[in-house]
Amino acid sequence: MEKFILKYFNLIRVAIAILIGIIISVCIIYIISKEPGISLKSLFLGPLLSKSRFGNFIETASPIIFCGLAIAIPFQAGQFNIGAEGALFIGAVVGTAFGVSTSMPAFLHIPLVLLVAGLTGAFWGFIPGFLKAKWNTSELVISLMLNYVAYFIGLYLINFHFRDKAAGYLVSYKLPETAWLVQFIPGTRIHVGVIISLGFAVLVYYFLYHTTLGYEIRTSGFNINFARFGGINVFKVIIIAQVIGGFIAAIGGMTEVMGVHRRFNWQLSPGYGWDGVVVAIIGRNNPLLIILSSLFLAYLRVGGRILNLLSDIPSEMITVIQSIIILLITAEAFLANWKYKITVREAKAKEVGNEPST
Amino acid sequence: MNPLLKSILSPQFVFAIIRVTTPLLFAAIGVAISVLSGSINIGLEGIMLISAFFGVIISAFTGSLVLALIGGILVGIGMGALLGYFHLKLKADIIIAAIALNMFASGITIFFLYIFTHDKGTSSSVKSLIFPSLQIPIIKEIPILGEIISGHNVLTYFALVSVALFYYLIYKTSLGLRIRAVGQNPDAAESVGVNINKIKLYSLLLSGFFGSLGGLYLSMGYVSWFSRDMTAGRGFIAIAAAALGGNFPLGTFLGALFFGIVNAIAIYIAPLEIPSEFIHSLPYFVTVVALAVYSIRLSRRKKILSKKEEI
Amino acid sequence: MGNILSLKNIVKIYPNGVMANKEVSVDIEENTIHAIVGENGAGKSTLMKIIFGEEAPQEGEIYYKGKKVNIKNSLDAIKMGIGMVHQQLMLAPDLTVAENLILGIEPLRYGVFLDLKKITKLTEESSKKFGFKIPLNKKTRDLSIGIRQRVEILKVLMRNAELIILDEPTSVLTPQETEVLFKSLKDLKHHGKTIIFISHKLKEVKLIADKVTVMRDGKVISTNDVNQLDEHMIAHMMVGRKINFKRIPGAKKVGDPLFTVKNLSYLNEENIYVLKNINFEVKAGEILGVAGVDGNGQTELVEILTGLREATSGQIFIREEDVSRFSPREIREEKVAHIPEDRMKNGVAEHTTIEENIIVDRYYQDHFSNKNLFLDWKYISKSSEELIKKFKILTPSSKAAILSLSGGNIQKVVVARELSSNPRIIIAAQPTRGIDVGSEELIHNLLKDARDNGIAIFLVSADLDEVLKLSTRIIVIYNGEIVARFDDVNDITQRDLGPYMLGVKKKGE
Repeated sequence: MEKFILKYFNLIRVAIAILIGIIISVCIIYIISKEPGISLKSLFLGPLLSKSRFGNFIETASPIIFCGLAIAIPFQAGQFNIGAEGALFIGAVVGTAFGVSTSMPAFLHIPLVLLVAGLTGAFWGFIPGFLKAKWNTSELVISLMLNYVAYFIGLYLINFHFRDKAAGYLVSYKLPETAWLVQFIPGTRIHVGVIISLGFAVLVYYFLYHTTLGYEIRTSGFNINFARFGGINVFKVIIIAQVIGGFIAAIGGMTEVMGVHRRFNWQLSPGYGWDGVVVAIIGRNNPLLIILSSLFLAYLRVGGRILNLLSDIPSEMITVIQSIIILLITAEAFLANWKYKITVREAKAKEVGNEPST
Repeated sequence: MNPLLKSILSPQFVFAIIRVTTPLLFAAIGVAISVLSGSINIGLEGIMLISAFFGVIISAFTGSLVLALIGGILVGIGMGALLGYFHLKLKADIIIAAIALNMFASGITIFFLYIFTHDKGTSSSVKSLIFPSLQIPIIKEIPILGEIISGHNVLTYFALVSVALFYYLIYKTSLGLRIRAVGQNPDAAESVGVNINKIKLYSLLLSGFFGSLGGLYLSMGYVSWFSRDMTAGRGFIAIAAAALGGNFPLGTFLGALFFGIVNAIAIYIAPLEIPSEFIHSLPYFVTVVALAVYSIRLSRRKKILSKKEEI
Repeated sequence: MGNILSLKNIVKIYPNGVMANKEVSVDIEENTIHAIVGENGAGKSTLMKIIFGEEAPQEGEIYYKGKKVNIKNSLDAIKMGIGMVHQQLMLAPDLTVAENLILGIEPLRYGVFLDLKKITKLTEESSKKFGFKIPLNKKTRDLSIGIRQRVEILKVLMRNAELIILDEPTSVLTPQETEVLFKSLKDLKHHGKTIIFISHKLKEVKLIADKVTVMRDGKVISTNDVNQLDEHMIAHMMVGRKINFKRIPGAKKVGDPLFTVKNLSYLNEENIYVLKNINFEVKAGEILGVAGVDGNGQTELVEILTGLREATSGQIFIREEDVSRFSPREIREEKVAHIPEDRMKNGVAEHTTIEENIIVDRYYQDHFSNKNLFLDWKYISKSSEELIKKFKILTPSSKAAILSLSGGNIQKVVVARELSSNPRIIIAAQPTRGIDVGSEELIHNLLKDARDNGIAIFLVSADLDEVLKLSTRIIVIYNGEIVARFDDVNDITQRDLGPYMLGVKKKGE
């Protein structure tokens, strides 16, 4: 048992943090709600209770998965680029702009729109990447600032060049149908983008753990001196990791536009980039675990929305809970004492076992 | 005269600059203090938000401005303490912890807003107080200057005083000296018996204090209600403002002022032909350029130093 | 005159089992300059840390001014009147000199405000009193190393230190700066201060110290008046242990020069020449050993040779090809292997697996990956398992994390990687530092086999035994210069190398 705990200590820590989060939410519901039974059911079972809600749950997970991957790749390279939000936004804007101003058959239109969006996002990742690699400029602050630049430039483009004036509020023209991602389960909005996001997660997993470039990225993140010593071109790695991150985030934004809204309709930055940070941390930057953590977060989100709808508890409780979970997961000393005690006990047990029996 | 130029040269415009600069200035001072101690606090967004909210709620329920002020400041300092506890004691990454605290603040304020007012958008259904504006005798009679200087919210005046306070704190007190020393060379500070964690904690608490004032101003001065996520990125802009100013008192003030001017211009030219989005993006864009130039110069300087005697 | 400090039978064992001080007893006489000399790892630094409260001894007693004391931390030491000037200067770069000086002992007004007048007065008085000319209102960032060091000394003095420890103070100074320092130290002695001075440079010891204590292998060998000893005698005491190794058989087939370094110099960021006009060549089938005390430019030399650092001037050739501007990858492509001196910093990524560490120089090559795109983990595991067997690395599998291995096994992973890269040149820095005897023996044999297979080996080691045991030829590096070359090493002993390593002797070239 204790060996098991040591081996999977990190996963267990995450599980305990999540458990604490869930316990706190149950407590809050009991304290505040007049009908705790209904509230609990809405939160924890809500997303499963109707087809459309289940669809909501799945479709919400998709952009979060994309952003989790987009954050995880630079994180794995040791780069604190939190610019997924900006890359997603500007990518979706430019992709939409391209989509509404071109017409071609779907088999060309869809990949081209995605590509244009992706390249825009990649450029957005390149800026902090290059500045960091060349002059050691803080990628954290730069990517944060670029989120705002992306937001305002994006709004400008939509507002002044691609605005559908027939609509009552700030949205772009509708994409031609050749650039739509099909919603393939009737009664839900689950669209092809969801499958693309899962595909990307698998691809990124394969990329990080089974390609030479992925190896270069991870090695640089673990010990940049060692990477340089081994002959890895660290300059290139720092840039590429952030370029790929931007690319993926933008694809995530674009699939959301093509699959759900069919036009650009974000007046506010949607916040998926921050969710990406959350799921990357919970999933320990592992793409496959990011699928799980994104589903977890999306489930809570949709559960929270239902809770809000059907009971007297606002959905923002979920935001509070997720922040507590992250705080606990990132706190290295959280449970460290417990681990230390087990380690010592294990070491002692080993010593006793090794002594010759007389 | 060009109407834009005319409106920009008007005293009302300068008045507006001071108004929009106030919350940025508080937050930027908060960021700068944390950076000087070597632990950057990117949680000002959350600190401001939570203080803005509690100020409004406390004033609405108690009818006391003083209690609102005290309560708002205490929750802000509490956020600083929480960040300090997780970063210094539980060894959490300070950036991720601050991101989490920002989320926490966003969630908990809307959560309680709904609990108290059954509204998730704004607190306009409850009657909350605002901090008074000051008419400065004599000065207010002076044409133009009086219009610009007099009649601001008390907290605006205090924001200007805070720049001086920040200056005095950092350069004229032992705490300030120690904060700078810890930020520049923790080993050096420790070797003469300075407790690093204690100093960092103090700087995070101060960071929370100034941030809380920025939040209180937003909901009880700038406007007279709380609305969800009303800080709208000011906590992050503050990071840029402080960074542009090298995290020093005067520089931080100028950095915040710069962003204030740009924002004020954006408000003023909204009815004109220039897309306001460009103007709004300008501060962030300028920050990117400024930081890049700054780091280029830094790396050049290092190179020159090592090559100087080659010739 | 009485003793200001007496150490009695100090024993210090580190958690990893290394016994750094073995029953050390030293008396420091009041108002003297007392030098402590010894090779790397002789236990000097540990002893100083104990005096300054940074490490706690397991056994032994410390008497300060006749009273038995218990120094729990450096604050205790400072309060008692002990000050230390670390090798790494402890100054905040953007604070002014005055601010650095009074940090932690700030005179206050109303309990919070700095009393600026008093600060100016205090700092001015102290600098005048001890004759230190320092610009008090300049930022320390803008000062030269020598002046920064004086700030550091003044900082210690302002805390009323009676006993001042200087840890290798001259290692970062230019000769002119060293002169100024020595003058100050003599002045301080006139002011009644006692100084403990740690150094490798015996000339300096002769020049400045009254007493000298020689340490070796954690023990005190002797404490004498300096004028009773000459530099050679001190050098012999420092390195003169019994020979406890057997030389490996001499090289048989020494071939053409493979690796040539011409007029190599390096100026560091502090504007000090760390390497001066280095020339040597390494031939196929030989081991060229570099003897020298740590910190005499070896680290920078190895980093330059392997492409991790750029030389200020000079050239490096592999056969006829100029590789001076090559990247680490390009150098490795020329079949150069590199065993780094700090394995945890450069040699491994500790949180990854053994196989991931082994492939860092070859993951892009055939078999390990498909056209530098897809890694072939099966092949990687297979080849790693082979290396684990061949190099006797103790681990359950090639997928075990580096962190779970012992120091010796981590070093074996590094050596396995480097030797299996099919090199023609091996640059080995401190290849057996801090590892067990078994692993050391194994690595020595591997180097010998490599040599006999016609590989040119450049061996840098602060361990004289190792250099003497393995080398075909030896060069001695001191202060960034090659001060001696020995082409015939058979009759050479530590006693022959010691004086050169310690800067006592220099061979005309």
